[in-house]
Amino acid sequence: MWDLLQYGDQGYGDELLRGALYTLILAASSVVVGVVIGLGIASAKLAQSPVVRRLAFGFTAIFRGVPELLIMLVVYFGVGIAINKLVGLIGYESRVEIDKFAAATFALGLVFGAFSSEVFRGAFLAVPKGQIEAGLACGMSRRQIFFRIRMPQMWRFALPGLGNLWLILLKDTSLAAIITYDELVREARIAAENSGEAFLLYGAAGVIYLVFTAVSMVATGRMERWADKGVRRA
Amino acid sequence: MIEVIDTYGLRLVSGLWTTIELVLIATVLGFAFAVPLALARVSRNPLFAWPAYAYVFVFRGTPLLIQLFIIYYGSGQITAIQDSWWWPHVREYWGWICGIVGLTLNTAAYTAEIVRGGILGVPHGEVEAARACGMTTPVLYRRIMLPRAFRIAWPAYGNEIVFLIKGSVLVSTITVLDLMGQARSVFSRNLDLNTYVIAGIFYFVMIYLFDRGWRAIEARINRHLGERPDTRRKVLPRPA
Repeated sequence: MWDLLQYGDQGYGDELLRGALYTLILAASSVVVGVVIGLGIASAKLAQSPVVRRLAFGFTAIFRGVPELLIMLVVYFGVGIAINKLVGLIGYESRVEIDKFAAATFALGLVFGAFSSEVFRGAFLAVPKGQIEAGLACGMSRRQIFFRIRMPQMWRFALPGLGNLWLILLKDTSLAAIITYDELVREARIAAENSGEAFLLYGAAGVIYLVFTAVSMVATGRMERWADKGVRRA
Repeated sequence: MIEVIDTYGLRLVSGLWTTIELVLIATVLGFAFAVPLALARVSRNPLFAWPAYAYVFVFRGTPLLIQLFIIYYGSGQITAIQDSWWWPHVREYWGWICGIVGLTLNTAAYTAEIVRGGILGVPHGEVEAARACGMTTPVLYRRIMLPRAFRIAWPAYGNEIVFLIKGSVLVSTITVLDLMGQARSVFSRNLDLNTYVIAGIFYFVMIYLFDRGWRAIEARINRHLGERPDTRRKVLPRPA
């Protein structure tokens, strides 16, 4: 039974590891998209204009209040349908398929962006006002204050929340299996369906996720300690 | 969009009902399971604390999808189930049963951590006062710790229930016709994206209403804590 996990032709070990790699790739690209979106939405939430603020809070409400799977399916099919319609207008008849990786990344990025915008918003607000005032007193422009004072300092407050969201993101990558992107759960499912050993294969996939989780927790602990350098313990 | 509602509205509503069923049952069972788990987590006895930590670590560290697949497809491996006398009766509900089990076990882990946070947040002074009054530990838990802990944990628990509602969509992958399952089934027929949009609206409204209700209850159960100064209405003094 255990040799089902072998590397190579006899076992599914290499397929599972490849799926694990694809999971990591998906998570990494989604977090990049998500952080960019999150910073943008957080800035919008702190903006002067109430319209911009309303839109930003609306975005957050939608992407936090709707199940991630639904968002992924809408992005996957929706973009596909939209592209097909557009392409049909030009006259090109054949079906265009959207890349699963792109759809999954975009969907997970949107959700991560919505959740992280709250984390970033809290982090920006937590930067001590005195420092902003000192920057103003020194004659810094608003742009300079943002890039020299706000941005570097807010990471310290944002990291714990972001670490948590990263762990959630790692697990949400499993949803991409439902749009048949070849990440870990999908590989495990194919293997389990072919071999019948569901417990073993899904269990192995679960263990891999636990390893990811444990490593992530160590890494974020390190990053938090780096960001807290020089800060006196409470 | 109206055509979708016209033709398939009833199916979607029946799916909505299944979702509500699933969430309610999983919440209640999960909570019942989570409280002893939290007490074990807080316990100083490693015989209780360690297995509890292992359980929480595994169920929070692995995706809900994997947990559901292990339960659903794993149960297909266990021949004892297929051969048992009750199998023919429960066969058609097996996805639903596995969904309940999976959601319950998953939410119990998260809820246990939330309740644990609540327990740790009970002001130590209250515990000291209880002990000074001579309360034994069971009485202490019943009268002081758990009521207080639960009030502290209330907002976070509401958050977890929202995650449960969102997680419940995954049971559609193990053949349960909840709202998501019906939506996918309908979409596979009409290929109309509005189907998913309508389902999304349902979920959004459900979560919004739940959140409002949860916070209303929070205001009520914490009313003994007095009005918060920042919410007190500013009343101008009457002219003399």
